[in-house]
Amino acid sequence: MPKTLYDKLWEEHHITTLESSESLIYIDRQYLHEVTSPQAFEGLTKKGLLPWRINANIATPDHNVPTERGKSFGAENIKDEISKIQVVELDKNCNKFGIKQFDITSINQGIVHVIGPELGYTLPGMTIVCGDSHTSTHGAFGCLAMGIGTSEVEHVLATQTLKVSKLKNMRVKFDGIPKEGVTSKDIVLYLIRTIGTAGGNGHAIEFAGSYIESISMEARMTICNMSIEAGAKVGLIAPDSITFNYVKKHSQLSDEDFDNAMTHWKSLVSDEGALFDKEINIDVSKIKPQVTWGTSPEMVVDFDQDIPNLDSVINENKRNFELAKKYMGIEENQKVTDLKFDKVFIGSCTNSRIEDLREAAKAVEGKKVSKDIIEAIVVPGSGLVKEQAESEGLNIIFENAGFIWRDPGCSMCLGMNPDQLKPYERCASTSNRNFEGRQGNLGRTHLMSPLMAALTAVNGKIVDPS
Amino acid sequence: MKLAGNELNLSGVVACIDRDNIDTDQIIPTEYLKSIKKYGFEDYLFDGWRYLDEGKLGITKDQREINPNFILNQEPFNKASILLTRDNFGCGSSREHAVWALRDFGIKVVIASSFGDIFYNNCFKNGVLPIRLEKNQIEELFKTLSGEVSELSVDLDSKKISHKKHELYDFKVEDNLLERIIFGLDDVDMTLKYKDKIIAFEQARRKEKPWIFAND
Ligand code: SF4
Repeated sequence: MPKTLYDKLWEEHHITTLESSESLIYIDRQYLHEVTSPQAFEGLTKKGLLPWRINANIATPDHNVPTERGKSFGAENIKDEISKIQVVELDKNCNKFGIKQFDITSINQGIVHVIGPELGYTLPGMTIVCGDSHTSTHGAFGCLAMGIGTSEVEHVLATQTLKVSKLKNMRVKFDGIPKEGVTSKDIVLYLIRTIGTAGGNGHAIEFAGSYIESISMEARMTICNMSIEAGAKVGLIAPDSITFNYVKKHSQLSDEDFDNAMTHWKSLVSDEGALFDKEINIDVSKIKPQVTWGTSPEMVVDFDQDIPNLDSVINENKRNFELAKKYMGIEENQKVTDLKFDKVFIGSCTNSRIEDLREAAKAVEGKKVSKDIIEAIVVPGSGLVKEQAESEGLNIIFENAGFIWRDPGCSMCLGMNPDQLKPYERCASTSNRNFEGRQGNLGRTHLMSPLMAALTAVNGKIVDPS
Repeated sequence: MKLAGNELNLSGVVACIDRDNIDTDQIIPTEYLKSIKKYGFEDYLFDGWRYLDEGKLGITKDQREINPNFILNQEPFNKASILLTRDNFGCGSSREHAVWALRDFGIKVVIASSFGDIFYNNCFKNGVLPIRLEKNQIEELFKTLSGEVSELSVDLDSKKISHKKHELYDFKVEDNLLERIIFGLDDVDMTLKYKDKIIAFEQARRKEKPWIFAND
C-alpha cells in the first residue's frame, strides 16, 4: 500500500504498540531550553534516573536571555533574578548530566529552532522533540518533529521514547509563483486564515507542491514553524536536493555517513497514490501580503483589505471578533493600513534567519525609521546568524536606518525577557503569535513578514510593498 | 506517585467561558513560566482576565487588583472544578504550566468542542480530564447552564455527564488515558517495563543508521 511521508517516519521509529491506540516511538534528538526543562530534570533526579542517551540531547538558553548583552556577558549578569535562576539552572543540569549546551556565552547560542538545523543536529528522517510547540520547524528537513510538554521531556530524557497516538495525514499543496513582495510568511498566514487555528488539529501536515519545491530551507522552516498555529503539531516537507545541500554544508557527518544516509533520505517521500485524510490546494500566485488584525493567528487580512465589520461576520464568530477588536483598539471600518504603529520587531524562530534579515535590510537600505516608531529592533536568531549578517554589513544598514541591532534570543516574541511591549503599544512583528499579552501585558501584535515589518518601520504604518 | 487522587465521580460547580481558541498564553502568561517548580500556579490562572493590574511571579492574589467581572472571581465559581468553553481550548504554546495552573486552581474537568493537541496530552499527565463534545452539545450546555449556578456531574466509569440527576451526554475517552487520571499512573515507570524492547530497537537502529548517532 502506498504510504505517506508521515507513515514512513512513524513506522521507522515505531518500537511497540501499547494498550489501546498508543505506541512507543524512538526519539533520535531532543532539544532543551531553560523554560520547560527544570521540572523535567527534577523529576529525573527524584526517580534516581540518568538520561537514557545523553548525546541525543542538545541545550541552549533562549526565552529568558536579554538581547543587549555585548561581550563577556554571563548568566550571572542577568538582572531579572527569576530569569537568571532558570538560565543558571540549565547550566547546572547540563553540567550535572553531561549534556551538550551552547550557553549564553557561546557563539552558537540562539533560539533552539534556529541553532538545531544550523549546527547540523537536525537531520532528515529523525524524530525530534523539544518542550516547545515550534519544534514543528524541524519538519522542514523531513523530520517527524513535535513540541511536547514537560512531563514528556522527562519521559524522553528517561526512556528515549515518547508515548503517542498516530496522527492523521493531511497534505497542503502550494502551487504557482508568488507575486513580488509575497514571502513564505504570507503564504503560511494565508493558510491559517483559510483552515483556521484548529484546521490541522490531530493531523500531521505535509507541505508539497511546486512552490515548496522551489523555496530555500529558511523559507521552508518558516512554513513548518507555523504548522502549530494551524493546529498541527507536526509539519513536514519531503527532503530534496535543496535539503541535502543544506545538510551537507551544516552537518559534521563524514562523507561515508552522508552518502549512506542520502540513499535512505531519498526514500522519504509520500508514495504516488498515498491517501491523505484531508487535502488542501492553494494557488500562491493569488496571495497578497498578509497581516493579522486580531488576537488569533487566523484573524488575517490582505494588507489592503478591510478588517471584517461586526455585522458581516457569522454569529458564531461575532463574540470572538468583538473581543479581539476591543483588545486591539480597532474601530469599525478601519483597515490595517490605517493603524499607527509604535514598535517593530524583526526576529523569532519564524523569521530570524539570514535570509529574513537580508530581505528586511534590502527594504530599509538608505531609508530611516519613521519618527512615529518608538523602537525598531532586529534580533538575529543565533550567534552564527548574527556573525554572518555582520560580515555582510547588514547590521550597518539597519543601524544607519535607526534600527537597534541585538544579540540572539527569543526577544520580543514573548514577554519573558526585557524586550516587551508596554500596554496598548502596537507592534509590527515577524513572530508567530498575536495572542493577548503575548509580547507584554495589553500589547497589540500584528504578525507579518520581515519585508512588511521593515517597511512598516520606515513608514510608521503598513504600506504596499510593490 | 498518585498525582490525581481523583474519584470516579466528579461533581462540581461549572464555570463557563464563552470563547473560542483560548490559548495557553491566556491560561497562564509567560511571566509565570519563570518558575522552576511544578506546583503553586493557582493564583496566575487566566491572569490577564482575572486581574486589572500586571502580575509578577511570587506576588499572590491578595496583593492584586481583582477584576470583579471575571467569572472565576465570583462566588461560587471561584471554587469551580469544571470549566466549560468552546472550540480549540489550549491551542498555542506547549507549556505544561497551563495544565498545572488549572489543576492547582482546582479544575478537574475541561469540556470543549476541541482542544489543542499538545495541551490535550498534557492534561492526562496531571489529573485533568479534557472532554470533547459535539459543537451542538456545547451550545446546549451553555444554554442549560447560563443564568444559574449549575453543577455538573461527570462519571468516569460510565463516561456520562449529568445535570441535576439527568443524564445528558456520553463522552469518549480512551480507557488507558482515563486510568492514568484515576490511578495517577506515572508514564516513565510504565514505559521502563519495555526497557529491553527499547534497547533492542536502539541497537538495531545504531547499526542500520549510524549517522543518527554520529555525535554519540
Ligand atoms: S522565538 Fe518565540 S515562538 Fe520561537 S521558541 Fe522563542 S518564544 Fe517560542
